Amino acid sequence: MTLWQTFLSRRNSLGSPVLPFVTILLGLTALAAVGNLWFPPESALHVSTYTITLLGKYLSFAMLALAVDIVWGYCGILSLGHGAFFALGGYAMGMYLMRQIGSRGVYGDPVLPDFMVFLDWDVLPWYWLGMDQFWFAMLMVLLVPGLLAFVFGWLAFHSRVTGVYLSIITQALTYALMLAFFRNEMGFGGNNGLTDFKDLLGFSLQADTTRVALLISTALILAGLFTLTHWVLKTRFGKVIEAIRDGEPRVRFLGYRTDRYKVALFVYSAMIAGIAGALYVPQVGIINPGEFAPLNSIEIVVWVAVGGRGTLYGAVIGALLVNYAKTRFTALMPDGWLFMLGALFVLVTLLLPKGLAGLYGQLSTSWKRDQTDQHPPNKEATS
Amino acid sequence: MMAKNSASELMRRDQVWPFLQPAAAGINVDKNVILYIEDLNLSFDGFKALNNLNLYINDGELRCLIGANGAGKTTLMDVITGKTQCDSGTAYFGQTINLLNYSEADIAELGIGRKFQKPTVFEAQTVFDNLELALKSNKRLLPTLLARLSPSEIDRIDDVLATIGLTDMRFQQAGALSHGQKQWLEIGMLLVSEPRLLLIDEPVAGMTAEETERTAELLTSLAGKHTVVVVEHDMEFVRSIARTVTVLHQGSVLAEGSMDEIQSNPNVIQVYLGEEA
Amino acid sequence: MKQALLMLGCWLALWSTQTMAETETTPSYEDLLIELTEANLNTTQPILEQIEATEHPDVLVLFKTLLDGNLNFRKADQALISIIDINGTDQYTEFSTGTAIDPLGRRDVTKIRVNNNLRNYLTSAIGRLQLTSPNPELRKAAVLSLLDNLQPSTAAELTRLRTEEDNRSVLASIDLALAMYSAESGDSTAAKITAIDKLSESLEPSARNLLFSLERDAEDPAVQDAATEALKKIDGKVTFYGYVDQLFFGLSLGSVLLLAAIGLAITFGVMGVINMAHGEMLMLGAYTTYVVQLLMPGYINYSIWVAIPAAFIVAGLFGILIERCVIRFLHGRPLETLLATFGISLILQQLVRTVFSPLNRRVAAPDWMSGSLEINPVLSLTYNRLTILIFALIVFVALLLIMKKTALGLYVRAVSQNRDMAKAMGIKTDRVDALTFGLGSGIAGIGGVALSQLTNVGPNLGQAYIIDSFMVVVFGGVGNLLGTLVAAFTLGIANKFLEPITGTVLASILVLVFIILFIQKRPKGLFPQRGRASE
Repeated sequence: MTLWQTFLSRRNSLGSPVLPFVTILLGLTALAAVGNLWFPPESALHVSTYTITLLGKYLSFAMLALAVDIVWGYCGILSLGHGAFFALGGYAMGMYLMRQIGSRGVYGDPVLPDFMVFLDWDVLPWYWLGMDQFWFAMLMVLLVPGLLAFVFGWLAFHSRVTGVYLSIITQALTYALMLAFFRNEMGFGGNNGLTDFKDLLGFSLQADTTRVALLISTALILAGLFTLTHWVLKTRFGKVIEAIRDGEPRVRFLGYRTDRYKVALFVYSAMIAGIAGALYVPQVGIINPGEFAPLNSIEIVVWVAVGGRGTLYGAVIGALLVNYAKTRFTALMPDGWLFMLGALFVLVTLLLPKGLAGLYGQLSTSWKRDQTDQHPPNKEATS
Repeated sequence: MMAKNSASELMRRDQVWPFLQPAAAGINVDKNVILYIEDLNLSFDGFKALNNLNLYINDGELRCLIGANGAGKTTLMDVITGKTQCDSGTAYFGQTINLLNYSEADIAELGIGRKFQKPTVFEAQTVFDNLELALKSNKRLLPTLLARLSPSEIDRIDDVLATIGLTDMRFQQAGALSHGQKQWLEIGMLLVSEPRLLLIDEPVAGMTAEETERTAELLTSLAGKHTVVVVEHDMEFVRSIARTVTVLHQGSVLAEGSMDEIQSNPNVIQVYLGEEA
Repeated sequence: MKQALLMLGCWLALWSTQTMAETETTPSYEDLLIELTEANLNTTQPILEQIEATEHPDVLVLFKTLLDGNLNFRKADQALISIIDINGTDQYTEFSTGTAIDPLGRRDVTKIRVNNNLRNYLTSAIGRLQLTSPNPELRKAAVLSLLDNLQPSTAAELTRLRTEEDNRSVLASIDLALAMYSAESGDSTAAKITAIDKLSESLEPSARNLLFSLERDAEDPAVQDAATEALKKIDGKVTFYGYVDQLFFGLSLGSVLLLAAIGLAITFGVMGVINMAHGEMLMLGAYTTYVVQLLMPGYINYSIWVAIPAAFIVAGLFGILIERCVIRFLHGRPLETLLATFGISLILQQLVRTVFSPLNRRVAAPDWMSGSLEINPVLSLTYNRLTILIFALIVFVALLLIMKKTALGLYVRAVSQNRDMAKAMGIKTDRVDALTFGLGSGIAGIGGVALSQLTNVGPNLGQAYIIDSFMVVVFGGVGNLLGTLVAAFTLGIANKFLEPITGTVLASILVLVFIILFIQKRPKGLFPQRGRASE
């Protein structure tokens, strides 16, 4: 009997948001893809390539928001430097795309990217080697952010840097990386970053089909990561993580080495951010040091805060909503966006500490309460 | 200086490197003493929180620690559980394990459980999850990720739920419990982790008389199989459970003995029980 | 009694007539210049003698211009104009103001002519002026101006002057000139080497140049060696003063960091409120300075005294507003506070962009802050940095006193340690919070005034300092004002010493990395607070 109850409760909590989320996400993506490829431009059902690219961009932002929510919402680690992992993943992808240009660059050098020719470099720096192989570049997309997160996390969590301090040093981290990537000597294109990409795995990046394929891949990977993350957070590991958020010293006294749990989660989250960056770059066609700017990292936090931290779907919805608002708003009045963004920070923290998802939760519980008040017999079923 | 020391420590040929040493195989209690606290010193900015403290706890005993505020009771627990580093002295768990070399998590894994002064449970999680987290199990990363509750573990949790009287609230969020219930839940978390030594800081604060009585029963029943050290201000409660009482004063042991002996001890009367006796 | 009054009256009358007579008999420098335009060749010399007697600072230049035949006057208003031929084109300059003017027609100006008699007079007057000026600094400058062109006659003149000279610094420069003379054209090798030894004490660039040419061209190898040796010694000193210079720049950066961080040390360190809009308080202070300057256009020298309290009030009021409207609702939720205040910083930046434009604005420096204090020829400290350094220390001490000695300071410390207890003791915690926050922000505003003297004022001014300020506070130990001071100067100096080795960008990266590692090692900063309460 008790076992059965336990099982029931587990199944309920595991299944709930994943299936609807994945269905809606993939369904909408499929509709957009069909709309772009099958319907002619003059049809009312046509979805423009611009929209496809925009959607792809939004979805990679959603993935980034997911990464931040994992550490912030579930473990209380407010990272103001996740933009760094995103950008590193993006740079890894960008390096692959640069190598794919081959001799089609302005200077026509078969090996060296244009900016290196421009700087009078003779040989490819060692860290560019192997980047012409897709599998290797993809490995780097995971490994570079993961390694940085590991080193940084290990140092920070091992010496028990928490709370606001941690937030500020994550911000300092991304700031330092931004300064470093602005330098031409770093070998990542300096100010201009990496751009003028031609093709990916042999498919032209300008083609509609490639764009649609990128959108579909982004959606599939987002769905996959969402499911995986949901599972991870429902295991006992996830419970430990949540317990760390609410009382780290207590968890230590239970015998868990909390620093290792935090490092593991931080690395996992950084890798997701890296993947998001890698998917973002071919869709927008450029990666530059601006992506490391502290403001970018902090914007991600707002997406999550608006959507509701501590719920994975909340983070995704927040990212989509805020970015849609940004697109519309900057088109209407470019100067106003920063006012909007600033106000969003203030209002969400003051009025909606749990975000839209929390609002929904409140409404639904109060609705449920009304229901149970009307039908007293149902009480047993809910408890 | 430090580096040089640790370097020469690394080069020593009479012992293997610390990380190659097998984890403590078991607690050696041949001499029937489970905790040896010797010459413990700790000061915060000149204030001596612990002052040459010596204390021995027998295996399976139920010991009460009393003392005025600032006598060093909680600080002593902090040092034993690895929360605070002391300035000098030793704290041996059994005959072989120097607790001062271990982190909080290691110490918990060695079998020392602690209940805090302020009840600290994970409020966002259910009562059941709280107990599951505390369960005696492999607490490394991967095993935790892949852990599944076995039927015997679920039974174990159910037993404890029955003992602490929270069976009906198993799926309620811990944050929704009353203060006394949180105290019980925390004791329950100690129980499921099956520690060798329990350090319990003010267990009956905020409990009703009836709950206090049940706690006293529970703690006495634990002694024998476990070793229990209780810090408490409630003298009635101490009298009801204690066989041996240790009085701390200004960071060191003032007196030790049965409750009656303590109460007739002139030093104790002077510094602590003065107004009561 | 009457007599005494009478005498006083007489004396007063006498005195006044005397002074009147004086003003009548010695026409002013400006009048003399006009007389000069009206004089003919025969009457010029007495006028020139009177001009020399005025000891006006421009006399030397005037005589030199006249001697070179470049002095003219404009017929319209008799104003002196110097016309100097530069690469074939005439450069017209108004003599009294030194400002360049448009070329005038040949008919509009008349040249002031000189004959041989006048030339002789002018030459000797120039020499006298240069070397016998009553102002020791001018004498010294005269000697130093001779260094590059030492003739036997000048050397003889200098030897004579040396016996009359009693100012040590002028003496030193005369000695230097004589040593240079004998090092180059002394009688014997020994004399040359002794002179070179003396030169090795000097940091004058011309002495160094002379030694270089001696090292290269001297015929005697002993002289060459001595020159090499002396150069080495000088180089050592130059390096040393180079370090002193770096140290000064480090202290200067440190003082800026201190001004930026010290307000944060109050709001973050003592109150525990994390305010990401702190940098914008600096910016508001800097813009206040700009606005005050716009409002008092003719009084650049005084506007800064108005700007300091104004910046304190503006930034302080903004701080109180932020505290009342946002931060007080977020007590005990540091991460939310961080986000909300970041939002505020975005709004403030955009506000400034909308009101003032996104472009940088320049704030003029008052006269007494421009220029520099010359310690020696290779080391000079600019007055603005020096002033800001002292200013930062004054602000720091004032703040320390407020926190340690006043009731507000006591309340702030009480509230930050135990809010409920403080409330129970009857402290109005709400007011204390608002005032403290206002104080911290106001001090940041004052920091902004100082910053406006060093850099241009722009909407992003504060952003550049926010991370650094947090680093300073964290590095120094939260809640410890003295730690903030030490940390600010340590970081400033470290940054400036790294810069020449690694470049600016890498230096700031290295400092950041260092602090990150430092926080790993000592999460509570340089001067941590210990004890159970700090957990």
